[in-house]
Amino acid sequence: VPVVLWTDALIFLLIAFALGFAAYAARHEHLRGPWRSVARSRVGAAALVVIAFYVAIGLLDSLHFHPRIEPVADSSRADGTETQAGARYSTQVLSVLDLWLTGLRERQEKTFSAPFATHLFAKEAVEQPDGSVVRAYPRLTHGGAHLKDPAARNGDVLLRGLLGLVKGLMAWTALAAGLIWLLARRRGEDLGDTARAIRQGRTDVPWRVVLLTLLLMLALSFIAAELASKYHILGTDKVGEDVFYQSLKSIRTGLVIGTLTTLVMLPAAIILGIMAGYFRGLTDDVIQYLYTTLSSIPGVLLIAAAILMLQVYMTNNAEQFESLVQRADLRLLFLCIILGVTSWTGLCRLLRGESLKLREADYVQAAASLGVGHSTIIARHILPNVLHIVMITVVLDFSGLVLAEAVLSYVNIGVDPTMNSWGNMINSARLELARDPIVWWSLAAAFGFMFTLVLAANLFADVVRDAFDPRLASIQ
Amino acid sequence: VSAYIVRRLLYAIPILIGVNLITFTLFFVVNSPDDMARMQLGDKRVTQEAVDAWKAEHGYDLPLLYNRDADGLAKLTETIFFQKSLKLFAFDFGSSDSGRDIGYDISQRMWPSLAIALPVLMVGLAINVTYALMIIFFRATYIDWGSVVLLVAMMSISGLFYIIGGQFLIGKLFHLVPISGYDTGLDAAKFLILPVIVGVVGGIGSGTRLYRTFFLEEVNRDYVRTARAKGLRERSVLFRHVFKNALIPILTGVVAVLPLLFMGALITESFFGVPGLGSYTIDAINRQDFSIVRAMVFLGSVLYILGLIMTDISYTLVDPRVRLS
Repeated sequence: VPVVLWTDALIFLLIAFALGFAAYAARHEHLRGPWRSVARSRVGAAALVVIAFYVAIGLLDSLHFHPRIEPVADSSRADGTETQAGARYSTQVLSVLDLWLTGLRERQEKTFSAPFATHLFAKEAVEQPDGSVVRAYPRLTHGGAHLKDPAARNGDVLLRGLLGLVKGLMAWTALAAGLIWLLARRRGEDLGDTARAIRQGRTDVPWRVVLLTLLLMLALSFIAAELASKYHILGTDKVGEDVFYQSLKSIRTGLVIGTLTTLVMLPAAIILGIMAGYFRGLTDDVIQYLYTTLSSIPGVLLIAAAILMLQVYMTNNAEQFESLVQRADLRLLFLCIILGVTSWTGLCRLLRGESLKLREADYVQAAASLGVGHSTIIARHILPNVLHIVMITVVLDFSGLVLAEAVLSYVNIGVDPTMNSWGNMINSARLELARDPIVWWSLAAAFGFMFTLVLAANLFADVVRDAFDPRLASIQ
Repeated sequence: VSAYIVRRLLYAIPILIGVNLITFTLFFVVNSPDDMARMQLGDKRVTQEAVDAWKAEHGYDLPLLYNRDADGLAKLTETIFFQKSLKLFAFDFGSSDSGRDIGYDISQRMWPSLAIALPVLMVGLAINVTYALMIIFFRATYIDWGSVVLLVAMMSISGLFYIIGGQFLIGKLFHLVPISGYDTGLDAAKFLILPVIVGVVGGIGSGTRLYRTFFLEEVNRDYVRTARAKGLRERSVLFRHVFKNALIPILTGVVAVLPLLFMGALITESFFGVPGLGSYTIDAINRQDFSIVRAMVFLGSVLYILGLIMTDISYTLVDPRVRLS
């Protein structure tokens, strides 16, 4: 049975929104032009490929459902006469990604183990075959369990890595061939010429860079997939959960915070900002007062206050939440809203300034003197001309929000502690830094995944800003 | 100018009242004092007597806005809104939920905060401006390109990484300075080095990039072209003309954050065990001590508005073209 969590619904809304906007932008040259130059930038194209990988994983993780409980020892399954009415569904909420990573999710160890380890990180009393008990590092139940001799691990890792690489190369070749074929058809050239043009970087859109980034990402993911089926490639955490699995699950949290926050704040920021700039006078004063007040409260403290209040509410009304997942999800949504409340003021101020300028423009004055109503003027003349500011802000804010999530989770005012997020991973791993030898893999994994996403987003944001802000572009 | 300042200060009052109302709503209306008492006392099976006792002890047993039982003016003063929220305007923070005087704690704890924040700001400013100038000097070369890539990469690293990495590298690996803690007087210096370094390094990415755009904007102005046309060398163009003019946005940006330095760095302080206002706030959040959080929200808003006013004034001081209106 599919389950739609609040954030899922909003994500789907966001996608619909984005598609609608893309269709709109494709028909308007002042928006299409800059996007075309974004697509033609090499950095932008590479960043986009990386972001696409993250988004794909995040989307897979947003399709939730209640898994069906397989009837235990039910022999009637074989003859196909199983009655659908008798199907039962677990209360657990899983996502498609969970289903895909079932292996990773279920292969839990007892406690810490290093990446690619075959033995546990902590010594335990192990019973020897002859009955005596020694303190030693016991073998892992899953990681490298297929090896008879743990010493053969390096060779095995290398072989499996190579196999993954070959698979990745094959997948990449198929994709590249498909792309060349498509391009050749569109350009009306034969395949060889198109391939040569791509290789020499003579295409408008830098397909060479796209393909190289794709090659890197595909190779990495196939190698990781191949190895993850037999090892814990990023180790396990305190309760023995696979760190790689946690990192992948955290992607959705990061993306949700980065995108939904802006989605939540956009309506207020756009409407109020344009109203303040367009109507001026009392409206302007009230709206200015509103956003000055809100922005004068230190952001972290406002978030802290709001989340503390939410916690009080949730402890006192625990019965309202069906499951832990739903509770965590609501907290995530609430965090997005409160982050939005603290961050909409900047955009609102920008839009107010721009609308102040636009309302004096000739075409707006002309429309007003022809008797066009306020709402029509705003919708047809003001709004389309401030859209680029909105877009730049959305893209620029994203990376900051992803980073903010980690910091907030550290202060315990971020996402729910039961939810997978990079902040929670860092928060729980930091207590283990005092150990000797040091447990570094959880931290490294969280920082690594976060860094890749934020770097790609930052680079992409730069390209977008340069494309939409002609004043800056002319400087560089 | 003084008339302007007075007007700005008066304008700050409605904003602070707004802040006060927001916090009041958040802390007392969304959740009643009863909810808070239950939360503090821990269990769901707390008796009503225990809740009432807790409320009486911390002064939450009054009505929210209007006290029917009191006489005269006390109808308004003997309320939670007056006692807990309005008194903040007189910087009377009251006592925390654990019974300590918040005003005293703040006055004690703001100095360690300042001891970290001020060096971070100063050293960071010096390094960022120098680096940005260097990038501008070598603009449109590989140094420029490589630096920008480096800066974007540094921006993309989580602030937590700088703290954890710095602690591990300098404190644990090289054993140069203590990992965390604090001391009084000059002995504090050895505890301050690491947080300051971490703060400066963490700020290089975004700071230098911002300053670079400031410089770039100036470099393309007409007066710079004139200076070059006169035959001035690039060095003196940069330092005598571009640098001075780009300092205006840089300095006013710094002035805006000056008052907020007292608030301290939340994460850094709690990581390094510095007893400043940042760690004070974090502890309060973790202990769910609402009185302290409320006081800090108010203090933060006051300082933020102060920063805004100082920015406006400093604009007129450094740039005569700007008039106060």
